[in-house]
Amino acid sequence: MVGFQKWRRSESAQGLFLISPTLGFALLLLAVPLIMVVALSFWTQDYLTLDRTFTTANYQTAWTEPMYQYLMARSLKISIFVTAVTVLVAYPVAYFISFHVVPKRKAMWIFLITIPFWTSYLMRIFLWKVILGYNGVINGTLTGFGIIDEPLSFILYNQNAVVITLAHAWIPFAILPIFVALERVDRSLIEAAEDLGDSGIRRFFRVTLPLSMPGVIAATIIVFIPTIGDYVTPRLVGGPNGLMISNMIELQFKKANNAPLGAALAISAMGIVTFFALVFLWMNRKYVRGPS
Amino acid sequence: MRGKIGFFKWFIGFFLLFLYGPAILLPVFAFNASSIVSFPLSGFTTEWFSVLLTNGTLHVAARNSLLIAVTTAIFSTLLAVLAARASTRFSFFGRRSIMGFVMLPMVLPEIIIGVSLLVVIIQMGFELSLWSITMGHILICTPFCIAILSSAFMNLDKSLEEASFDLGQTRWNTFWLVIFPLVMPGIVASLLIAFTISLDEFIIAFFLAGTEPTLPVYIWGQLRFPAKLPGLMALGTVLLLVSIGLLLIADFFRRRGIRKTGIENTGGFL
Repeated sequence: MVGFQKWRRSESAQGLFLISPTLGFALLLLAVPLIMVVALSFWTQDYLTLDRTFTTANYQTAWTEPMYQYLMARSLKISIFVTAVTVLVAYPVAYFISFHVVPKRKAMWIFLITIPFWTSYLMRIFLWKVILGYNGVINGTLTGFGIIDEPLSFILYNQNAVVITLAHAWIPFAILPIFVALERVDRSLIEAAEDLGDSGIRRFFRVTLPLSMPGVIAATIIVFIPTIGDYVTPRLVGGPNGLMISNMIELQFKKANNAPLGAALAISAMGIVTFFALVFLWMNRKYVRGPS
Repeated sequence: MRGKIGFFKWFIGFFLLFLYGPAILLPVFAFNASSIVSFPLSGFTTEWFSVLLTNGTLHVAARNSLLIAVTTAIFSTLLAVLAARASTRFSFFGRRSIMGFVMLPMVLPEIIIGVSLLVVIIQMGFELSLWSITMGHILICTPFCIAILSSAFMNLDKSLEEASFDLGQTRWNTFWLVIFPLVMPGIVASLLIAFTISLDEFIIAFFLAGTEPTLPVYIWGQLRFPAKLPGLMALGTVLLLVSIGLLLIADFFRRRGIRKTGIENTGGFL
């Protein structure tokens, strides 16, 4: 009893007590639902009746049927492209803000970069359709000036359009962690490299880039994982060949009335993304634990 | 060296154009007199804004969204205050894994959250309603609120609290008289961020909406009809202004909080 009394007043107990509502909410609305999705993916549904006998049939369908294989591979490919484009564009921007903007203005620049992110999500994606589309801003202007006769087809309702639109949506999330990592880079180390005779490019690749890798890794993970689950972008700008796995998941849950297959597809997609993220982290394991 | 700076200027210029392209086009088309959303522009009109004022379905959707956003803001901030305080002030068993789990919705694709909540609601035999959407929104907003509030609580000087105890205040009084005023700006910022995220959230609302649409669900339904597009552009413009306004207020409070705790301003949101 005395021991319990003592434990109740300890830091550990106070902390756990304080966090219990938040944890309880997350257990109830995140852990339980996720477990139920996993369970559902091993059941079968015939029109409206649910058969609760354990089966891996849904996973067999999800992994062997060419249509699902194809959609999954395409989603993964698009996610990887989006992540690569986003991080490659974000790095120079973060570098510019960290190294070329006066310290007083840095907060303003970061704010400037986050503003477009607060445009209505749907409208933002739709406007990319307006920009890239058949009579869109780019093609309309170029044909209007007689620069091209036919609309540029490589940005027209296809996977490139999806990549551009998604990269635009995620760029602030990539810039911020890279910026934070670059801010932490000790400037005297770069000066030391300079004094020791390293050229600008060598300095960058031997000092600045390795030290900012934790930010690059964070940005990669933050962009890569949610991108595979995007639903709206493929629907609005992807055209018939740009659809992704989420569109199929939604179809299975709603119109096709096959929630178990939808669940199996969702779990498979998450599994694949997690696998790739872990491989990526493992490849960069020497940078994952930052200098702190 | 000059060449390098020149390259950077061009790069940043193109980047800003890319970044702001959609946001600039929104008001352009909202005030464009043509009912087709494309160039060339045909003249100035405020007609599309007046259409918004008389649209009953839109008003219902907007009211639903506001209701959800306010509830979400309050509850996710409450949950986040508890989590942020617990994780910054106390060290307890499994702190890192508990916090990691609570922050998980930040990186999970929203469609996974939408689908899993849908499964639970249907399996448990509940009806889809505004409440189901609100629950989903609290779940995804809480991590953002924790991120903001953690920095607010982390900047607190522990000695202030100890001084209050030494001067004979109870734990409860110390929280309300010392800690709360100091983290107040963080709380306001957290409320506003959660409100803004909830107001704009589509995927979860799309999966969990019963018969009552939220604003984004309404917009999604209208995007199919070309005739409705200019009106949507006007609506998008209004929403953009509201979001920016709220964010400026949130940022103001965040800065004030930083000044109060006496720490140098180092960056922006998120």
